[in-house]
Amino acid sequence: MRVLAAMSGGVDSAVAAALAVDAGHDVTGVHLALSPDRQTLRSGARGCCSVEDAHDARRVADELGIPFYVWDLAERFAADVVEDFVAEYAAGRTPNPCLRCNEKIKFSAVLDRARALGFDAVVTGHHARLAEGQLRRSVDAAKDQSYVLAVLTPTQLAGAVFPLGSMTKERVREIAAERGFAVATKADSHDICFIPDGDTRGFLARRLGEQPGPLVDATTGETVGQHSGAYGFTVGQRRGLGVSAGDQRPRYVLGIEPVTRTVTIGTADLAGVTEVRTGVPTWTGPAPVLPLRAEVQLRAHAAPVPCSVDAVPEGLVVVLDEVQRGVAPGQSAVLYLPDAARGDLVLGQAAVLRAG
Amino acid sequence: MTYLDHAATTPLLPEVLAAMTEQLGRVGNASSLHASGRAARRTAEQARERLAAALGARPSEVLFTGGGTESDNLAVKGMFWARREADPQRRRIVTSPLEHHAVLDSVEWLAKHDGAEVTWLPVEPTGRISPAALREALGDGADVALVSVMWANNEIGTVSDLAALAAVAHEVGVPVHTDAVQAVGQVPVDFGASGVDALTLTGHKLGGPMGAGALLLRRDAPCMPLLHGGGQERDVRSGTLDVAAIVGLAVAADVAVARREDRAVRLAGLRDRLVSGVVAQVPDAQLNGAPLDDELAGGPGRLPGNAHLSFPGAEGDALLMLLDAREVECSTGSACSAGVARPSHVLLGVGADPDRARSSLRFSLGSTSTEADVDAVLDVIAPVVERARRAGMSRA
Repeated sequence: MRVLAAMSGGVDSAVAAALAVDAGHDVTGVHLALSPDRQTLRSGARGCCSVEDAHDARRVADELGIPFYVWDLAERFAADVVEDFVAEYAAGRTPNPCLRCNEKIKFSAVLDRARALGFDAVVTGHHARLAEGQLRRSVDAAKDQSYVLAVLTPTQLAGAVFPLGSMTKERVREIAAERGFAVATKADSHDICFIPDGDTRGFLARRLGEQPGPLVDATTGETVGQHSGAYGFTVGQRRGLGVSAGDQRPRYVLGIEPVTRTVTIGTADLAGVTEVRTGVPTWTGPAPVLPLRAEVQLRAHAAPVPCSVDAVPEGLVVVLDEVQRGVAPGQSAVLYLPDAARGDLVLGQAAVLRAG
Repeated sequence: MTYLDHAATTPLLPEVLAAMTEQLGRVGNASSLHASGRAARRTAEQARERLAAALGARPSEVLFTGGGTESDNLAVKGMFWARREADPQRRRIVTSPLEHHAVLDSVEWLAKHDGAEVTWLPVEPTGRISPAALREALGDGADVALVSVMWANNEIGTVSDLAALAAVAHEVGVPVHTDAVQAVGQVPVDFGASGVDALTLTGHKLGGPMGAGALLLRRDAPCMPLLHGGGQERDVRSGTLDVAAIVGLAVAADVAVARREDRAVRLAGLRDRLVSGVVAQVPDAQLNGAPLDDELAGGPGRLPGNAHLSFPGAEGDALLMLLDAREVECSTGSACSAGVARPSHVLLGVGADPDRARSSLRFSLGSTSTEADVDAVLDVIAPVVERARRAGMSRA
């Protein structure tokens, strides 16, 4: 196959590209320049992650002896991922930008362009298994990224190759070290890539400005405090509410109402939910017959919960076997069929509308 | 492999390799007084004389540098500082928007950090700078520190008449620097006859080594040093002379200039066949820059090895990648340090819209180019353009 290896400059995508070469594919490396700050790309300023990551990716490509190019997707990324991220928070929801990037950038803009240029598939360093069109969890449960890939359609998955799904992150680093890649010991990226300092609330405050509103106690209906922007909160959040309740019991964010900027808080017993309503689902394969029994994961890195899923006019209703907290509108509910031997099968996902 | 990126760098001439290899085996600092030092100095000075002779300069006008970028920085900053020191009202730099970034960024740095004012010369649609436009921009010249205009453009290959421009500037007493990196060895360049005060050249565009260049600087041209130290090169460019590199540069310049006329005829023939063959297969391809048969002051008005074409609806990046996969090496003409393509400032500068600027490719021919290289492009260009067009102009 002629494949395009998306190379971020990190260890995972470097090893994925190397394994694609080993597998006998005709591999071309491409680094996606996503930084909305175009100036840093040109100036080559020290400390600019984009420039240094591009350099790291290029070093690996040169060692592999494969062509390497940088594709400028900054405008698409800003429009489809960053603006979406800001708009979702402004609407009181909690988006997942990595999922959006996979949906709109890596397996849409990049894959479409790759196909038009004569490539058969895009290779990435995601930790997930993909065989015979079936997307499954990585063998490395801690590094599994199937949650942020669950939005991909069969057509998109047909043009994706994930060489790392059957190995642990530790093994990935070993392979990188064996090959002498300088990125073998490079730190994992955890943060949202366009918020390098990790201060999401500060980023949103700069984009959306101060939007003060009340903090309301769900039980009494009383205003118990003020906040400077509802976008600084996520449903299920416990820390940083800035209120102290007389009873010393912890309070959680229960709801965010963007028009009146009201953030509702309450005690743990009120924060639990057993039923999740979603929008229209996307499926990674043929649409399953509903209702069905499955497991649902309600945010990145959350533990999956056994559930029953059925169709409703607006999308899905997911009834949880166990009470969950922190089910935030905007997050994806990803449905899995448990399979210990081959890896849990990803059925698909749908955006959470509300939970109760 | 079909190498059509000679404007980026061109293969080392065998004569240069031989001369440099011989010199690299010798010890001696050209500033030392003993026999080894004297031998090194003699070799370096012979090279200086040889380079000067090839370019119509006097040996004392040759300052060896680390390449074109250093020469441009030295000329622009050094002459700006020296001229302003002599008269504080001289703070204006007159230059064109089509310059190489070594000039552009030096000018912009002086504007941002050192009080320079910049006058951007208007350019003709071909990319040429007219003497009339320069005269208009200079005014009485009293506030102008220097003029910097490239002899030949590195992207679209358009040649300007530096003798005419220098004459205009000298009418009002303003010195002229020219970046002639692409011009030397391609079109007639006579430093003395042109009247320019400072001229940048570099070795690796001529078949010489990388990291070796020169600034030709008239004895009376004011210029402050960027590099202070041992006082080499008229105190304007300190640093131990890299004798082997200097020898390589001088041999390359001598050979390139001696063979220029024959090679220009040969390359122009290949280039014309390349352009007409491409246009025959891709009828809406557009040639950028001056017409192929353009003439200027008795020489070519366009670099003989330069073919710069836009392919509407296709992205230069995609074209380059697809050609690379078919073993044809060319350039989109502009790339930044991270490798992110930007619309060429040169094409934007001559009035092209951003899509046209992004849809362009530069094929540049040189001493090793053959008919087979042209055939290789013509064999693949039609399907490559078709495929690139399918991928579209999206920024994806």
